[in-house]
Amino acid sequence: MTKASYVRDQMLPPQAPPVSEAGVVKWLRENLFSGWFNTILTLVGVVVIYWLVASALPWWLNSVWNAESLGQCREIVAATAGEGATGACWAMIRERWHQFIFGFYPPDLWWRPIMAFGLLFVALAPVLFSGQRRNLTAILGAAFAFLLVTLYLAGAPMAAWVLVLALILGLAGLAQAMPGKLLWFTAIYPALCFWLLWGGSIWSPVAAMLGFVVMGVAYVALVGRMGPTASAIAGVVLAALWWLILDVPVANAIQSAIPFGLQPVASDQFGGFLLAITIGVTAITFSLPIGILLALGRQSDMLIVKTLCVGFIEFIRGVPLITLLFTASLLLQYFLPPGTNFDIILRVIILVTLFAAAYLAEVIRGGLAALPRGQYEAADALGLDYWRAQRLIILPQALKISIPAIVSTFIGLFKDTTLVAFVGLMDPLKGVTQIVRADIDWKGIYWEPYIFVGVIFFVICFGMSRYSMYLERKLKTDHR
Amino acid sequence: MKKSVFLGVVAATTMVAGAAAAQATLEAVKARGELICGSNTGLTGFGAPDASGNWTGFDVDLCRAVAAAVLGDATKVKFVPTTGETRFTALQSGEVDLLVRNSTWTLSRDTELALDFVAVNYYDGQGFMVKKDLGVSSAKELDGATVCIQTGTTTELNLADFFKQNNISYQPVTVADDSEAQRQYLAGACDAYTTDASGLAASRATMPDAENHVILPEIISKEPLGPVVRHGDSNWGDIVRWTYFALLIAEEKGVTKANVNEVAASTTDEEVKRLLGLSGDMGAKIGLPNEAFKNAIAAVGNYGEIFAANIGEGTTINLARGLNALWTQGGLQYAPPFR
Amino acid sequence: MALASDVPKESFRLSMLIYDTRYRSITIQIFVLVLFGLFLAWLLNNTAQNLATRGKEFNFGFLWQRAGYDIGQQLIPYTNDSNHFRALLVGLINTLVVAIIGCVLATVIGVFVGVMRLSKNWLVGRLMTVYVEMFRNVPLLLWILLSYVILSETTPQPRDFRLTDEMAAAGEAPAASMILFDTVAVTNRGTNVPSPLFDRSLGTLDLGGMSISLTLLAYIAVIAGSVWVNRRILAAARAQQEATGDRPVTWWKSLAVLFVPVIALSAALGLHLEIPELRGFNFQGGILVAHSFTALVIALALYTAAFIAEIVRAGILAISRGQSEAAFALGLRPGRTMNLIILPQALRVIIPPLISQYLNLTKNTSLGIAVSYLDLRGTLGGITLNQTGRELECMLLMMLIYLTISLIISAVMNLYNKSVQIKAR
Repeated sequence: MTKASYVRDQMLPPQAPPVSEAGVVKWLRENLFSGWFNTILTLVGVVVIYWLVASALPWWLNSVWNAESLGQCREIVAATAGEGATGACWAMIRERWHQFIFGFYPPDLWWRPIMAFGLLFVALAPVLFSGQRRNLTAILGAAFAFLLVTLYLAGAPMAAWVLVLALILGLAGLAQAMPGKLLWFTAIYPALCFWLLWGGSIWSPVAAMLGFVVMGVAYVALVGRMGPTASAIAGVVLAALWWLILDVPVANAIQSAIPFGLQPVASDQFGGFLLAITIGVTAITFSLPIGILLALGRQSDMLIVKTLCVGFIEFIRGVPLITLLFTASLLLQYFLPPGTNFDIILRVIILVTLFAAAYLAEVIRGGLAALPRGQYEAADALGLDYWRAQRLIILPQALKISIPAIVSTFIGLFKDTTLVAFVGLMDPLKGVTQIVRADIDWKGIYWEPYIFVGVIFFVICFGMSRYSMYLERKLKTDHR
Repeated sequence: MKKSVFLGVVAATTMVAGAAAAQATLEAVKARGELICGSNTGLTGFGAPDASGNWTGFDVDLCRAVAAAVLGDATKVKFVPTTGETRFTALQSGEVDLLVRNSTWTLSRDTELALDFVAVNYYDGQGFMVKKDLGVSSAKELDGATVCIQTGTTTELNLADFFKQNNISYQPVTVADDSEAQRQYLAGACDAYTTDASGLAASRATMPDAENHVILPEIISKEPLGPVVRHGDSNWGDIVRWTYFALLIAEEKGVTKANVNEVAASTTDEEVKRLLGLSGDMGAKIGLPNEAFKNAIAAVGNYGEIFAANIGEGTTINLARGLNALWTQGGLQYAPPFR
Repeated sequence: MALASDVPKESFRLSMLIYDTRYRSITIQIFVLVLFGLFLAWLLNNTAQNLATRGKEFNFGFLWQRAGYDIGQQLIPYTNDSNHFRALLVGLINTLVVAIIGCVLATVIGVFVGVMRLSKNWLVGRLMTVYVEMFRNVPLLLWILLSYVILSETTPQPRDFRLTDEMAAAGEAPAASMILFDTVAVTNRGTNVPSPLFDRSLGTLDLGGMSISLTLLAYIAVIAGSVWVNRRILAAARAQQEATGDRPVTWWKSLAVLFVPVIALSAALGLHLEIPELRGFNFQGGILVAHSFTALVIALALYTAAFIAEIVRAGILAISRGQSEAAFALGLRPGRTMNLIILPQALRVIIPPLISQYLNLTKNTSLGIAVSYLDLRGTLGGITLNQTGRELECMLLMMLIYLTISLIISAVMNLYNKSVQIKAR
């Protein structure tokens, strides 16, 4: 037996990795230069970035912020950067930014669209976070902060501050006490938003809202005697009668008794992002119920209902939006009774709503199809009738699955609102840009308005798409 | 579902407004208290909104004059921007009461489209602009050239006819609007830019190197531009026509925005008296107050003033009166007698 | 429906139409049908009344009147003396050309970007992400306008190609030169590419107003024949491979079969290229591809490709990692793994959303209005509508045509989808 002369009884200290396997070099090697193909890709990428920066940088660096006209901008650039240099003329944005945002909305009334925009999030919050006190409070707080800053910047009058404070404090209290009841604010928000944006007597939206009260009361009163289907129809009929016959006289009567209203603003004053957001949000809101009905109709066993729904959806999805917009501006006058004539913005909103409804119907159909068959069978087994099954079991799950797709439909729709320029409306991208360029001072300006509008669109759409991804992760309840 | 309340409200109120469109335009305008005027989506000098949203321009002022005559207030006008495609439909459907949007008077538009052109507020013609260093002095030398042309106008037809008549070829580059056409032309994407001569002059005036561009002598078409009303409402047509003529007569008689009250107090000219509503019942004959035309002149000035303020010499656009001078000065602007 | 048989027999009451599930659906359907019929009747009645008050009538006779305007890009013969229907056809073909080229380009770019986004190369991955997010979140209209302005602002004018005497004397070169062996000239008006010309053309065949080029037919016949023969060769090779395990060498046969007949035909017909050259104001000869077309195609392709890239990425990520690990275990290189293992499987997930992207792209070609590209909307729904004032007829016809195109695309793609899905499982 020989005794081992030496046994190491402790670990050697680890050696530093070779230079090529550590730190920046390793990262570079693994991420940029692994193999000849990746090296080529990296080099191409670097060249592309260099070319983009080199061709655009001087233009950005020579930006001019203070000038009266494009000619002056050019002179300033020539004076500072030498003859032949190019430079951006942001002075145009400085002078005309408000038209890109608000169109011709009167400046002293800017607080109204701002408030409508801020409250939009408050109205959305209960839908997204029903009953979650913490999230509701966070959104209320954020909306409040946004409104404080923007209303201050817009120079809002005292009345606006009072209104905002009362609303926010009331809603915050409600969120703490009964977060579930916050949905009522969502229900009245459309009327409030309409009143804020278009102004006029407050009693018109109130009277219109009363129609729903009529519908609800009729349903509740009759449901015991006539059953749900008949009483629902009766409610709808009564509400329709209210809107068609009583609505306007009642609103006018109250208005003459208790006059209360805001200065009216005509739709032709709407422009820029105000117009884009108004069209987008209104269309998506109205199209959601229509889309749900269409999706259910498409899944229905009733042949005629199904055929009509499929026909409608495929027709709308088969033609470009631009032809529908031209329909709004050129053809609607043929289809409506002679002498009927209403606002082009309203006509565009109606057509865009139908457009969005067809797309949403397909999105929701996807959600319905993704539900396991067992859910339907379970609902049947519980003895629920069709509408109860849909309302309590099917739709909540199907809509939850569809939320990301609904958001991306909305993003698409929001981008497509730029097309309204082709029927003469002041969309931010082409409509406002065109009137700015018609000004003799800014005739010939090209890149700046597009970049300005493009960046705003990007921020909004990118934000929404990120948010929908977050929602998708959060709402995912299946385990993979 | 609950959100369709909004639609209900708007639809209900607008249906009420819509019913008014069926009655005569004058009553509709008076009842509304506002004139709705179809305008360009933005054409330098003729009609465009400024930074604060006020519309200004040569065509716009005619709308204001009509508003002043009918409603007594030149600010009671709503301008509805229309594109080349939507303009006539907007008028036909009653969306606008009056279209003043540099529209050319042609037979087929007057008849087939059921419209009435009531006057010519600007005599124009289609011309060509080229860069000086192209070395072209006549449009007939443009064989094989690339020509920028705005779509949706009569200029396309004129251009095709002109090149065909002269047996030369061209390559059309259609563009959507004036500013796009100008950019294309400046970038050299087309050799020549063709549109109404006034538009060419306006474009040229705003170019950084105006001296390097020439407008060729050929005017290849007649482009009488004027206000348009719906066919079948001749009273409304008369109002627009005679408001316009009143502006011409005012220029002829030297009545201006500044001196209209002075003239009214001191004039001995019978026609001026009738024009300003001091004698006769010219206004009442077409359903307007007697001082209607005086209001129009007081609001926007006479034809010459409107021209000078928006597009005339001294403005950036710098157009000569040319054909649009009064007939007394060798032009075509001629108003029938005001009696 | 088991319950239905248990219902006791009772006499029919009117209320059963609403409360009895057996009759309710029929009641509702009849109710809906009546409502729909009333609605249609209301629309038609309004339309008739409105047409009457405007003194217009509904007919398509105007399509046979002289159009009177020129169209920049015409793939079938058209002059301003042709009628509006011919203009419609020119526009329709222009729409289809943009749609087809756009779809192909978008697919190629989209697949490339989608794969590259998953690349291990940090820089490339980031670049692709930036590209995808930028294009997805900004309106298409802006991309069309920008690509148009970039094309016309960064390319040289035709006169820059000219070599004047003074320049020749001074030994200077012109400011710009043609590319691809002096055959293609990119100017700020468009791209001039050479066009094929035949010395001994076969003439055309007249079929009731439609003239079909016999030369084109000859080419189609020869190419179809070659492809068929080539497939036979490959099938024979496969049969032999399966029988014996040896695959015969076929590449030279394929090459010969595919190319020799076409070359022979070209030689027989005297094919040569007409190369554009600078004469007068412009390049003459060859084919001018206008920038409105190029810009529209590029913008549509890049925009749609950003969406396709996301679809492709999602499709690839949907394939379980085990598949690529198995492929690596078999010794396949990454490129071949992607081509042979991942993409064919991902295709099943990719195809359905891809169909809707193709449909979107086709419908978005109508945005050519922004660069005044004379497609179907530009001719029928633009100038024709404007010159004739027949908005009802023009718009309805245009919608009908777009609808037909959409339905055809989705039908064809659904067929393809079915074939892929069956193969997969």
